[in-house]
Amino acid sequence: MRILRLLGVGWLYHMKMISRSPFEGFGQVIWPLFFATVAFFVFRAGDGPRGLLYASLGAAVMGMWSATSTTAGGAMQRERWHGTLELLVATPPHFALVLLPVTLAMATVGIYSLGATLLYGHFLFGIELSVEHPVMFVGSIVGTVLAFGALGFAFAVTFVRFRAAWALGNLFEYPVWLIGGFLVPIVLLPDWVRPISWVLAPTWGMNAIRESAVGGSPLNDLAVCLGLGALYVLIGILITNRVLDAARRRAALSLS
Amino acid sequence: MAVVEAHDLKRTYRTHTGTIRRRVKEIEAVRGVSFEIAKGELFGLLGPNGAGKTTTIKMLITLLIPTAGEARVLGYDVVKDAREVRKRIGYVFGGERGVYERLSGYDNLRYFAELYGVPAREQKGRIEELLQLVGLTGREHERAEGYSRGMKQRLHIARGLLHDPPVMFLDEPTIGLDPVGARELRATISALADAGKTILLTTHYMFEADSLCDRIAVINRGQIVAEGTPAHLKSRVAAGSVVEVEVFGVAEETVTRLKELRGVRAVSIEEREQAQVLTVQTDTGAQLTHAILGHLDGANVGRVSQREPTLEDAYVALVTEE
Repeated sequence: MRILRLLGVGWLYHMKMISRSPFEGFGQVIWPLFFATVAFFVFRAGDGPRGLLYASLGAAVMGMWSATSTTAGGAMQRERWHGTLELLVATPPHFALVLLPVTLAMATVGIYSLGATLLYGHFLFGIELSVEHPVMFVGSIVGTVLAFGALGFAFAVTFVRFRAAWALGNLFEYPVWLIGGFLVPIVLLPDWVRPISWVLAPTWGMNAIRESAVGGSPLNDLAVCLGLGALYVLIGILITNRVLDAARRRAALSLS
Repeated sequence: MAVVEAHDLKRTYRTHTGTIRRRVKEIEAVRGVSFEIAKGELFGLLGPNGAGKTTTIKMLITLLIPTAGEARVLGYDVVKDAREVRKRIGYVFGGERGVYERLSGYDNLRYFAELYGVPAREQKGRIEELLQLVGLTGREHERAEGYSRGMKQRLHIARGLLHDPPVMFLDEPTIGLDPVGARELRATISALADAGKTILLTTHYMFEADSLCDRIAVINRGQIVAEGTPAHLKSRVAAGSVVEVEVFGVAEETVTRLKELRGVRAVSIEEREQAQVLTVQTDTGAQLTHAILGHLDGANVGRVSQREPTLEDAYVALVTEE
């Protein structure tokens, strides 16, 4: 109970901080517009309404992923600039419990990005979005957000040790668009890329969202997505203490 | 049993120079520091910038792992039992960092109350009590970005006290505050000591250590060069004299030559607006004014005075000793 409250309170205050940043807010307005535009052009080159839905949802999840991957590193960097990273480390809870709400808040902002992309697509380009299983659709989005937050958490753990690691977030942004099958089906990718796609929760989250929209069965994809998310959290928890010890040994916590 | 124990603590930092041919350079920030702080004691770690105060405090609060030596807080090892140490200590540092600017003062405290495991039903009352203590009542719902430096500093103090820790580590808490704000903060620290908290305070203000601390350790270049009560430290320079000269254009070599004069204990030079003030501490009875002026050829010399040594002179003598 106490752990859940700690996660909830952490999530709440980090959401508050994100929502009060005009710069990040501006990005959240611009990104969906960009992604919806991409979806529109992909659709124009495609053939039929199924391609439209495919591209539109892909673009929406692109926005979600971008919000998570680029901001998770930025969040740790901000903690360093504000001098709060050391204060967080100096608190008694396992550091994973301090960090996880930060990245979950980032992923939650991604929901806005997803919704905004779909709305821009609809109102600016006339892309129709029909969802066959609304409940499963929402469930898939929530599951994907949790998995994104978990992946962001695994990244953020390394950002504690390596202060320039925020750049990795940017580095991972575009490849995952491709490898995760957001806009291009994975079957079109080279064989050697596919195992990478399979270990990425975004791939399965994307599948689950699409399947629930077109009336398919998203449960298996959603289960794999959540399972991978749980695995990322586990890996993150296991390496947190080791990473923190390395940061304490190398005096990396106070660097900004 | 001592509440805080440091035994031969050492900390080395590694830095790199060069781009293609990278060379590792080791800097010994703390070189074998030992001290003990008894329950309820207010212990001052006094030293100039870069002396190793913050590095020492960060080892004690578990943010840095010592390169060698060991330290315990309330019997818990700061490396092996970091979590147990963190539950029992409060940490406050000076300056404007360490605050979530986009959150209100209240939200900052609420978040850290959760992190420190303050029971939910006690949080509201505890936060209100601390806001009252640090004089932020009425401003707590404003965003911290609008707070003055002094208000942020008081918010730091409140944060450090949320879980009512028996041991407090205060790292230069009054740095950058205006005189009134610094005085109010010193009064708060004094009240905490009166309430029975064990406190380690680092500062480079001699008068602050003098007015607050039960005992002081002077740290310089990573080593403790003197330890004792403020009265004990003062007595180290009581039998001596100080010559002060207003000058302009004194070179570093001149200071070195003055240090070599027989009867000179310490020499320091301070920049003051358009001029410099050369302070030379001498042995009792050593009539060195003429000799000192004789070494200042080439420099413009203003007012010359001789006075009794103060506690600050004791400090300067300790931290300028080779």
